[in-house]
Amino acid sequence: MKLDSKVPGGPIETAWDRHRQSIRLVNPANKRKYKVIVVGTGLAGASASATLAQLGYNVEAFCFQDSARRAHSIAAQGGINAAKNYQNDGDSVWRLFYDTVKGGDFRAREANVYRLAQVSVNIIDQCVAQGVPFAREYGGMLANRSFGGALVSRTFYAKGQTGQQLLLGAYQALQEQVAAGKVKLNTRSEMLDIVKIDGKAKGIIVRNLLTGEITRHAADAVVLASGGYGNVFYLSTNAKGCNVTATWRAYKRGAAFANPCFTQIHPTCLPVHGTHQSKLTLMSESLRNDGRVWVPKKKGDFRAPSQIPEDERDYYLERMYPTFGNLVPRDVASRAAKKMIDAGHTVVEGGQGVYLDFADAIQRLGADAVMDRYGNLFEMYERITGDHPLKTPMKIYPASHYTMGGLWVDYNLMTTVPGLYAIGEANFSDHGANRLGASALMQGLADGYFVLPYTIGDFLAGETAGFRDTNTPEFDQIEGEVRGRLDALLSVGGNTPAETLHRELGKVVWDRSGMARTEEGLKEALELIPEIKERFWKEVSVPGTGAELNMSLEKAGRVADFIEFSEVLVRDALTRDESCGAHFRLEHVTEEGEAKRDDENFCHGAVWEYTGEGNVPTRHIEPLEFNYVKPSQRSYK
Amino acid sequence: MKVNLRIWRQNGPGDKGSFQEFPNVEVTPAMSFLEMLDVVNVSLEAESKSVVAFDSDCREGICGMCGAVVNGIPHGMGQRSTLCQLHMRSFNDGDTITIEPFRAKAFPVIKDLMVDRSAFDRIIGAGGFVTARVGSAPDANAMPIGKDVADEAMDAATCIGCGACVAACPNASAMLFTSAKVSHLNMLPQGGAQKDARVLDMIAQHDEEGFGACRNYSECEAACPKGIGVNFIAKLNRDLRTAAMRAR
Repeated sequence: MKLDSKVPGGPIETAWDRHRQSIRLVNPANKRKYKVIVVGTGLAGASASATLAQLGYNVEAFCFQDSARRAHSIAAQGGINAAKNYQNDGDSVWRLFYDTVKGGDFRAREANVYRLAQVSVNIIDQCVAQGVPFAREYGGMLANRSFGGALVSRTFYAKGQTGQQLLLGAYQALQEQVAAGKVKLNTRSEMLDIVKIDGKAKGIIVRNLLTGEITRHAADAVVLASGGYGNVFYLSTNAKGCNVTATWRAYKRGAAFANPCFTQIHPTCLPVHGTHQSKLTLMSESLRNDGRVWVPKKKGDFRAPSQIPEDERDYYLERMYPTFGNLVPRDVASRAAKKMIDAGHTVVEGGQGVYLDFADAIQRLGADAVMDRYGNLFEMYERITGDHPLKTPMKIYPASHYTMGGLWVDYNLMTTVPGLYAIGEANFSDHGANRLGASALMQGLADGYFVLPYTIGDFLAGETAGFRDTNTPEFDQIEGEVRGRLDALLSVGGNTPAETLHRELGKVVWDRSGMARTEEGLKEALELIPEIKERFWKEVSVPGTGAELNMSLEKAGRVADFIEFSEVLVRDALTRDESCGAHFRLEHVTEEGEAKRDDENFCHGAVWEYTGEGNVPTRHIEPLEFNYVKPSQRSYK
Repeated sequence: MKVNLRIWRQNGPGDKGSFQEFPNVEVTPAMSFLEMLDVVNVSLEAESKSVVAFDSDCREGICGMCGAVVNGIPHGMGQRSTLCQLHMRSFNDGDTITIEPFRAKAFPVIKDLMVDRSAFDRIIGAGGFVTARVGSAPDANAMPIGKDVADEAMDAATCIGCGACVAACPNASAMLFTSAKVSHLNMLPQGGAQKDARVLDMIAQHDEEGFGACRNYSECEAACPKGIGVNFIAKLNRDLRTAAMRAR
């Protein structure tokens, strides 16, 4: 497999402009002859579908939810970054680029990140034009807040519901195109495989989740915007439906998977509370702007927080990182919490948690101002826990949240399968080994509004328009395989629910390949995962048939894919014998306890190629060059 | 603690449907309502029986996918919360809990607790957008918008499209949903150019979908998990009258 990143040479500042000038365009009158399939309707998928339709292409979009508006982008709370420098605090495209490359611990492609920072400013303009109600100052100008990993205030927000408002903007633009007949939207539909014709992605096989009907869809190109794989840990802040199936199926058809071990653990989630818990809830990182993180200095001190005097509290982030304090990046904050708890300073009896305290902010700003900023988050917290953060500190703990790894893509966002694109969280391109807060929304919309709509034209211009034939041997074969797999799931006849096996898998992956990893633990996981896989195919219970609405079948199919995928994740973590960003190998720690990179041996993207059932996948590398931001030991002290 | 469940089972839109009893279900107070349904389904799966169909996704009260009528109230008894945010500590040991789908002509039951709310998407498609081609936007700060206006638009925009307002309304009207989007966009200067068409077209679609008329019962506001107020319906009516006059 040859990996050509297609990054334009020359100065990075003009690379994207020059690239746009050099790629081919499709004649406006011909655009309506082309059709593009988009799988997923989150920020990336909805924005791409709407924009491609505006340009004149025909789009067929798919989502498994009952409406495009439900995709999990909607749950993003804190905000979206953009290098507008509206605060006059020294921000610039360069600084956003620099912060993102550094925040990613020098494991992202420089040119992609620079382009992301460049188009960030257009995203805000576009969203405001759509009517996204961003927070404003009294003079009517847009407000900003600061976020982890940056010393400037560049985050735009809509209360604690920024993801919701951005997604609704994209969703409304999408529904406008649906009503205009330019997008055909299939809800409650799950993509189960990719179809290639002459090596190029030309279609997909879909299961209608209401009727069980299996359908074929052909197009001139296919775009995957199916999100990340954080649910591999079972407990995560992802929605229940988030899954790896679309990207995993694409992987098995030749799309290489890059850096699967780069998984982000978010520091401010609600602690785990019981054995029946189905998911973890995130509390926006923006809370760290005004909240102070602390634990009791004494181990096993379970007095009420108000009973613990100031001098018996350890504000450990402020102590360990005086410059960034409570605003250190996510990976650093998560590991610091783990360190304090491993040392016995938990604030949850019999569990794991640290305090996030707003007492100082309430004193400084008043309760009203604090509620204005975080009101809906405080209410959400109260609903789940019964406590109100105005009265008592929040209890938080890190949880799986976002996955930086994903399908490998070149500068055009095309995977290793020609004609198959991956955008948003589904690709690996911009965040390296750790994503900064408020950058996921930025990347999803950058890909969907401003990058893919240009770059896909370069591919389409070289294709004869109008591929619509689903009666080909390729479609026959792939549909047959899809049906065979569904039948296999239905005929296991065991009595263990897929949910139970997913929970077991999650525990294995979280304990051995979660916040901290060791060679020994990862090797253990590689022993345990095949055992779970074997048990799955002997014991899983899937009642009902394939020809009806069958939630058990949907769930079982996704869990089966997570099991297979987790092996590649663990293998990637084992092979990457260094620490970087969120990938923390206990064997590689600096004297100060931070991630210790090995740039000599691992300054690359690890790109896994499928080599057949039961075979160890092949690891390729894409070397990374840093010509603009010199790799250094990240320090937030 | 133990609860007795009465869950609506219905095989499809044409099926008559009936309650199925699940006596003495063991739950913990910290469980969410949907986790309680997960427990029911896991035990059904272990016996190779068909699970209770219900919608859910984010499970943190923002995606709007979940929803059912619990003891007669959409999303259950939690004030301003979705079903996924309702926790079993709100119930007592030995309680009988009746769970039904949202019922409305425009929300046909798909199966058990799952209903078809695609009418909402069509109402949005009729006018719930600002036509702004990507690439054509001026600088975001080119048009100052007062904080009070932006805040009120945000209050309206916070609708999650769950459909509880329809389920709560004796007329099964979707006026709260429709008015929230009309108000959000009509209040902002960006939405001004399409103001009249938006309200006329969205109301026409609302009626075509089979939702009932608004009679100001305000049950919708009481059921709304995001606390969206009927004042937005008043705003919609004002915009509607103005638009209808101008259209003449």
